[in-house]
Amino acid sequence: MMRAALTDLPLILDRVSLSAGATTMLDRLDLAITPGAPTLVLGPNGAGKTSLLRVCMGLAAPSAGTVSWGGRTDRGLGRRAMLLQKPVMLRRSVAANVAYGLAQAGCPRHRRAARTEELLDRVGLLGLAARPARRLSGGEQQRVALARALAREPEILLLDEPTASLDPAATRHVEEIILMASQSGTKIVMASHDLGQVRRLAGDVVFLVRGRLCEHASVGDFFDRPSSAEAAAFIHGELVL
Amino acid sequence: MSEGLDAWQLIASGDATLISIVRLSLTVTLAAVAVAAVVGLPLGALLALTRFPGRSTLVVLVNGFMGLPPVVVGLTVYLLLSRSGPLGEFGLLFTPAAMVIAQALLVVPIIAALTRQTIEDLWREYRDELTAMGVGPTGRVATLLWDSRFSLITALLAGFGRAAGEVGAVMIVGGNIEGFTRTMTTTIALETSKGDLPLAMGLGAILIGLILAINAAAWGLRLWSEQRVA
Ligand SMILES: Nc1ncnc2c1ncn2[C@@H]1O[C@H](COP(=O)(O)OP(=O)(O)OP(=O)(O)O)[C@@H](O)[C@H]1O
Ligand SMILES: [Mg+2]
Repeated sequence: MMRAALTDLPLILDRVSLSAGATTMLDRLDLAITPGAPTLVLGPNGAGKTSLLRVCMGLAAPSAGTVSWGGRTDRGLGRRAMLLQKPVMLRRSVAANVAYGLAQAGCPRHRRAARTEELLDRVGLLGLAARPARRLSGGEQQRVALARALAREPEILLLDEPTASLDPAATRHVEEIILMASQSGTKIVMASHDLGQVRRLAGDVVFLVRGRLCEHASVGDFFDRPSSAEAAAFIHGELVL
Repeated sequence: MSEGLDAWQLIASGDATLISIVRLSLTVTLAAVAVAAVVGLPLGALLALTRFPGRSTLVVLVNGFMGLPPVVVGLTVYLLLSRSGPLGEFGLLFTPAAMVIAQALLVVPIIAALTRQTIEDLWREYRDELTAMGVGPTGRVATLLWDSRFSLITALLAGFGRAAGEVGAVMIVGGNIEGFTRTMTTTIALETSKGDLPLAMGLGAILIGLILAINAAAWGLRLWSEQRVA
């Protein structure tokens, strides 16, 4: 395939701003996402994590600055997938939701059923395949959405708080899936509030405050030697809570 | 309900005239709704998903046309189809085809307006997800229509109710010709003016019964399929 030759990495944000009306969601961000260990996006509520991921996915066009994927600036379909903070289930069965993602990713019809089963098994939902997707619990829906995103076999997988509504066992399970994807070459970019999770998964940390890039450091440096007062307070606040 | 007895007796005895009237009514109305659906569903989806200058005006127009007076539509179609009109050469005036055209015109705005609203709401919900999955314009329309199918059935039913119950348009363009373009509503109007109230009442009851039966069937279908996929 032609597309396989193209790569979305590195993903480069050059002075990117995003605003809606009077609200500035992202403020002149410079950021390079390169192949390697997962990049974790941190920041308090409203810091702009979701906005950043949406821009990285190409769901939102920056109001200023440029985003490029492997040097290309067209937001058209690349090899990216995103798990939204609030995933939307299509009004179909769980299996049909995953099969839909497979179809969109170009998976030939005769292989979809087997792949659907494989993906549902991977997220631990095989038993729910025939259920109407919109009747699942929040955590179950999040895992269906993860299966649907994995169906794209993305080069960059953007995850917006993928474990926020999962129980501890499911969280561990999803973290394993994410690590597996990462080890097999998928670049993970993930927003999270769970500092333990950040330590477990991250290679580097992007720390946002009020739409600005406050810090971008390796995970070790971020926790041991935060260079900004905000990051120090954020880590400290989380630890004493 | 003794007034309705005559009509019920006619039905029970399988009266050929009555059955042909009921059949024509149903055929014309269902054909009109089918035509209107073919035009109205894509038109509504288009209005929901595209942005172009004049779109707001068109949306208001379509919404407003939901309340078009049937007699005015009938008159317009009459002028178009009459011998001296622009479409006169097809000789459609006073045929069931003319009635289908007139009723379809009445129903298109209803289906288009309700479809637009439904699809627009659903698109707001699905937008990020479908874009993230790389769904193109055609797939978008298909997915949104399919996933709002339960609401769209309601839109079709609203259109059906409108067409089944109207008399002004079919009367003008059909001419109420016995055995050819006489429907339940035009018969009711005629019999009432002739003073045969029992027959008119009976036919009215049959008409309402049919509309209720079709709505009940659609509701049952909806419950049944929502149970499975919601
Ligand atoms: N469409 C919008 N219009 C106006 N303001 C918006 C819009 N979307 C987001 N915002 C604002 O932009 C800011 C950043 O939002 P964003 O969703 O990116 O935050 P976040 O870091 O993901 O927060 P959370 O941790 O709660 O998920 C918030 O203050 C939010 O209120
Ligand atoms: Mg968010």
